[in-house]
Amino acid sequence: MKMSRRAFLQASASGTTVLFVATTGLLPRIAAAATSPLAPTDHRKEFQGHTLESVVKAMGGDKAVKSSDIMLQAPSIAENGAVVPVVIQSKLPGTRMIAIVSEKNPHALSAAFHFPEGTEAYVMTRVKIAETSNLRALVQTDKGFFYTDKLVKVTLGGCGG
Amino acid sequence: MADPMRIRARLTGDTVEVKVLMAHPMETGLRKDSSGKLIPAHYIETVNATCKGKDVLTADWGPAVSKNPFLAFRFKGAAKGDKVTITWKDTAGESRTDDAVVS
Repeated sequence: MKMSRRAFLQASASGTTVLFVATTGLLPRIAAAATSPLAPTDHRKEFQGHTLESVVKAMGGDKAVKSSDIMLQAPSIAENGAVVPVVIQSKLPGTRMIAIVSEKNPHALSAAFHFPEGTEAYVMTRVKIAETSNLRALVQTDKGFFYTDKLVKVTLGGCGG
Repeated sequence: MADPMRIRARLTGDTVEVKVLMAHPMETGLRKDSSGKLIPAHYIETVNATCKGKDVLTADWGPAVSKNPFLAFRFKGAAKGDKVTITWKDTAGESRTDDAVVS
């Protein structure tokens, strides 16, 4: 159906009550979302944090230093946030752990991979990203924690229904 | 019982590349079903890969790993015919172990 601007205005004027009800119906949901952020449910302490820093602290570190020796491959624009392919490779000597961190997710830590001796510091997987944010690859070596990041734009969120 | 994993382990040079596809819903516990009720969380928490009785990879996962997770990693020190065994455990206490022969 095609509608001119005038016809639309008249129609919406007569339908104001309906619109009003619809608006007030929406409001409590928005307010609730603002006051109670999605609460993390995982009991493991590494998964409690909301920031890169708190994840590092939960893993027993102090702070993470940005490093160019970590390669993080992820799409710049992820059409579907529920399936974002990620490849991480670390050239840092003595890499023991690689973690995927996205701070705008309900849990900042997505996954942590531990590498025993003999396993390459390389991992490829697929993760969910809730909204456009800096995806971070966190690496733990014998010398401490290092990270690199990449902005991933998400057009369809990966954590909601 | 969950469906079996699909595992492929291929030797190139001295490195084995392992690719795993697991069948798991990976529910975050934040999604709602059509009637508006929360779907309880159900996701893989730990993954362990061994070869010849030695750990080659362990992973701690949260709910942010995608549904039907895919995982690829590389390790050294195995020959053709060796067996790679992968086990996952989830929040519902279920677990599944499958293996593949390095080719």
